[in-house]
Formats: sequence, structure tokens, C-alpha cells
Amino acid sequence: MTARKRQSPAEAALWSLRHGGMVAVTALFLFPFFWMLSNALRPDGEVFTIPPRLFPSRMQWHNFLDVWVYLPFGQFFFNSFFVAASVTVIVLVVSSLAAYAFARLRFRFKASLFLVYLGTLMVPQAVIVIPLFLMMGTFGWIDTYQALIIPAAFSSFGTFLLRQHFMSIPKELEEAALIDGATHLRILLVIFLPLSKQVIALLALFTFTGQWNSFLWPLIVTNGPDHATLALGLTLFQGQQGTEWNYMMTGAAISMLPGLLLTILMHRYIFKGIAVGSGFGGR
Amino acid sequence: MSVRAVTALPVRLEQGPCPKPTGRQSSRLRPDLQTAMLFLLPSTLGLLVFLIVPLLASFALSFTNWQVIGDLSFVGVANYIRLITADPVFWQVMRVTFLYSFEYLVLNITLSLTMAVWISSLSWGKQVFRLVFFLPTFTPVVGIAIVWLLMLTPGGVVDWTVATLHLPLPNLITTPNYALQALVVVALWSHFGYNMLLFGAALEAVPESYLEAAKIDGASAWQRFWKIKLPLISPSLFFGSVLTAITSLQAFDQVYALTHGGPGSATTTLGYAIYSQGFVSYHLGYASAIAWVLFAIIMMLTGLQLRLQRRWVHYDS
Repeated sequence: MTARKRQSPAEAALWSLRHGGMVAVTALFLFPFFWMLSNALRPDGEVFTIPPRLFPSRMQWHNFLDVWVYLPFGQFFFNSFFVAASVTVIVLVVSSLAAYAFARLRFRFKASLFLVYLGTLMVPQAVIVIPLFLMMGTFGWIDTYQALIIPAAFSSFGTFLLRQHFMSIPKELEEAALIDGATHLRILLVIFLPLSKQVIALLALFTFTGQWNSFLWPLIVTNGPDHATLALGLTLFQGQQGTEWNYMMTGAAISMLPGLLLTILMHRYIFKGIAVGSGFGGR
Repeated sequence: MSVRAVTALPVRLEQGPCPKPTGRQSSRLRPDLQTAMLFLLPSTLGLLVFLIVPLLASFALSFTNWQVIGDLSFVGVANYIRLITADPVFWQVMRVTFLYSFEYLVLNITLSLTMAVWISSLSWGKQVFRLVFFLPTFTPVVGIAIVWLLMLTPGGVVDWTVATLHLPLPNLITTPNYALQALVVVALWSHFGYNMLLFGAALEAVPESYLEAAKIDGASAWQRFWKIKLPLISPSLFFGSVLTAITSLQAFDQVYALTHGGPGSATTTLGYAIYSQGFVSYHLGYASAIAWVLFAIIMMLTGLQLRLQRRWVHYDS
């Protein structure tokens, strides 16, 4: 496929059409991102003009500072970050322990228990939110960080993903250590985890962005802005003191930033992960 | 919790049943059992308390008439009977959900396969184009929906473009018959990149020698696609379709941010109906019954998939 020999004018035309067409489609696809940024940087009065302005008359960079006080955006940002980071840490610890047990330890009912773990992946969040909300009520956890963090931290997805990887690690690596009397915990920490950096990074990325983007649960379990996350905060923008679209776009841009950055930085791993069918993030 | 299901994966349970702990072996197995219990304790406890108990509780609630205030009483299958026979809104919700999911599924698979094939035919920039279309995947749906709301809102840039080009299109958000299309467009833009990558990777894995051999035998590019590539990527196609169907049946975020289920109930999906019955009207029992209808549909899809996966998907590699 390298160094295409363009034999005929027809083939050359087709080649240009294919590549030029893709560039055009890409530009069209990126328009919502452009429109978001362009509106995030303009004065409110320039959002709805006829004809629409592609670019602001002047770049209002201070919109990005204003939103932190317009609604408690700093608070939202902190809440999102704190919740997503906490969930990620818990998920990594809990799932690597369970994954090791399923991949290496021998005990009765292992296969059945693993099937139960797999089965929980099928349960839609919408089905359990009502009892979960009532449970938070009895715990006295409504509108707290622990309500946002703890129930979200026990998905068997991580266990499943890590187990698949742990099983591919050759047994010889740990056998010598076992004979020397090393504990399983030590083997997990010293041998398995260092050999699983890529998978762990993917799991961390997926858990973090999943929590950062989570909407239904924060909507239900928080009251008002104190514990609202960014995604939820964006909908609090709507309606309050009229809709100031330029600030909404600034907020949307900030909410997308971590996901976009992580995607760009880690796209090689992500693409590889999807290619081998690790199964994360089906949409 | 927001991690999407991976149930569509072929599961390997290759380690057979454990040998019975008898005699000599038990001394070797006992430490394993203790460690296993310790290692599995946090996750099992967490799953039990925050997933399995709520799941069963939701099933139990669906047989009550609980409305937060007032008494809770057992009403048997009354909620389900009311859903099926008396509530006209429920069938509207089912219709909307299936219409949305079906349309989204067909368009998503067509679009992502087309783009995957198109990108794989390019001689430069493959990775960049893939990255661009994948960019929205890990960003909040609510953020995306708000950007699209600005574009689609009456007087927005889309209205202006439609008017300027004299296209016969009404405003998508405010016209009942079109509001669902707005949801489909936004969901497609956000998420077709995932399946595109999945199919793209499968296409790259098709052995070059098969295609060369077919070419020598005189097969056209069209034939090579339908007769060789498509059958060989059918596992990915199937896997992607089922996951996409399962996810789209649960659509909520974009509905909340774009239309709040309206105009009227034109975009009230099952996910949105559970939320509004449960947390706006506080009909917790009734909302739980709707939730179990959703769960039943998803269980059926998963079961169907596990069954068909073995039968007619072409695994060859």
C-alpha cells in the first residue's frame, strides 16, 4: 500500500476523492467542538446573532475564570475529581485482589462465584438506583461524598479485565517465589501488578472517566451544589438566572477536558485494548 | 457502576472444578482458601450490598404500591398489570425506546462500519482520523448534549443553516415527531467511534493472503468486502451490535439534558421513565416495575447473544 503508483487519471481522482472526502468529513465532525470553544470565548450578546458569527468579535478569555464564581464551578470540579479519583483507587485495589484469586488461587465454587461476578455486569444502573437511594437514606448518606463514592466502587468489570490478563502471565514466574515462601499478596504486588501496567492504566482511565462522566447517580443522590459533580453542575446552569450560553459552553469545555486529554495521550493503549476485545466501553 | 457491560465476551472458564480437598491435598489447599477468602471479601461484600441486594429489593418493590409517603402494601402483580393494560404512557415509552434503539443501532453499525472501511482504505492519516472520531467517547454525554442543544435550539446555528439552504426540516428539539432524531444524532456523534475502532481492528486482522488470493481469482473490491471481509469480522460486528443495543436501551443522560423526555412524552425512554416515576413523582413501586421490564429485556438480549454467539458467528483466527 505504500508509495501508491497512480497508474490512471481515474485512479488518481478516486484517491484524491477518498482522502479529500475524509478530511472534509473530519472537519464537519469537529464542528461541535469548534462551536463550543468559539461560544465559550465570546460575550453573551454574540451567541445568537443573524447570521451566526463563526468567531467572537473579541476573545473573552476571562469567561474561563468567570465560571468558577458564576456557579460554584470550582466546587463542582473538585467534587468530580475527588469522587472519580477515590473510586478509581478503590476499584484498582479491590479488583486486583479479586482478579488474583480468580486467576491463581484454588478454592471451591470458584467457577460459580465467577459466573455471579459476570452476571452482575448485566445489571443496568437504572434498575438498582431506587433501592440504592433508599439505602443511602437509611445510612444517612444522602448528599455526601461517601454516597457518590462507595456504591460506585464495586463493579466486577475490573476484576474481569485483570483476571483475563493475570491468566496470561506464565506460572513459572511465581512458582519459585512460592517455594521460597512468598505470600500471595507479595506475589501480586511484586510480580503481577508490575507486569500489568498497561491493563491497569486502561482500567484506571476507564474508571476515572466513567465516574467523571457519571450523571444519573449524582443527580439522584445529591441535593444542590455542595456535592454536585461537573456533569450535574452543567444542568444546574440551565435555567438558573436565565441560560448564559457562553458560560455553559465554557463549563462544557472544562468538563470535557480530562476525557479529551486522556484519550489523546493514551490513544495507542486504548486502541490496542479495543482491538484485543478487552470489551471495555461498548456503546 | 457506569462501566458498561462486557457480558458479550466469550468467557473462558478453562480451569475445571477444583479437586476435592481430601487427605494429603487439604494441607496444600487450606492456605489457598484462606487467602482466597481474604482477597475476595471486599469485592464480594461490595457487590452483595450495593448491587445484588438492591437488585432483589427492586424486584420486591415492584410488587408494592410504595410512594414514600403513606403505607407500603403488597399489591401483587398489579403494577405489571397496570403497565400492560391500563397505562397508555407505558406503551408510548416502549415504542419510543424501541424506535430509538433500533434506529440508533442500525445507523451506528452502518456508520461505524462505513467509516472503518473508508479509513482502512486510506494511505495516510489513518491513526489521526480514528483518533478524531473517537474523541467524544470518554467525555460526559451531558456536556456534549449541551453543546448540541446550543446548535439545535430555536434560532441556533442549525436552524440558520437549514433556513439558508432552504431545507425542508423543522426544528428538531421542539417538534414532537423529530425530537427523537435529535437524540439519535447526538448519540451517534458521541459514540460511533467505539464501534468504528472495533470494526477497524477486525478489518486489519483479515489476512492479506485471503484478499490477494481472491484478487487473483478476479474478485472485485465489492465482492472481496461482502464475501471475505464481512464474514471474517462477523464476531466483532455481532459483539458491537449487542453491546450497542444494550446501552441504547438504557439511554438517559442525553434525554435529560436535551429534551427532558419531551415535547410531551415524545422522547421519554425507559431510562427516563424510571427516573421520572421514581424521583419526580415518587411512585417507587411503579418505577421499580418499569425497571424490571427494562432488566428483563436486557437479560433476554444477553441470553440470545450467548446462544447465537456459539451457533452462527464465524470465529476463524
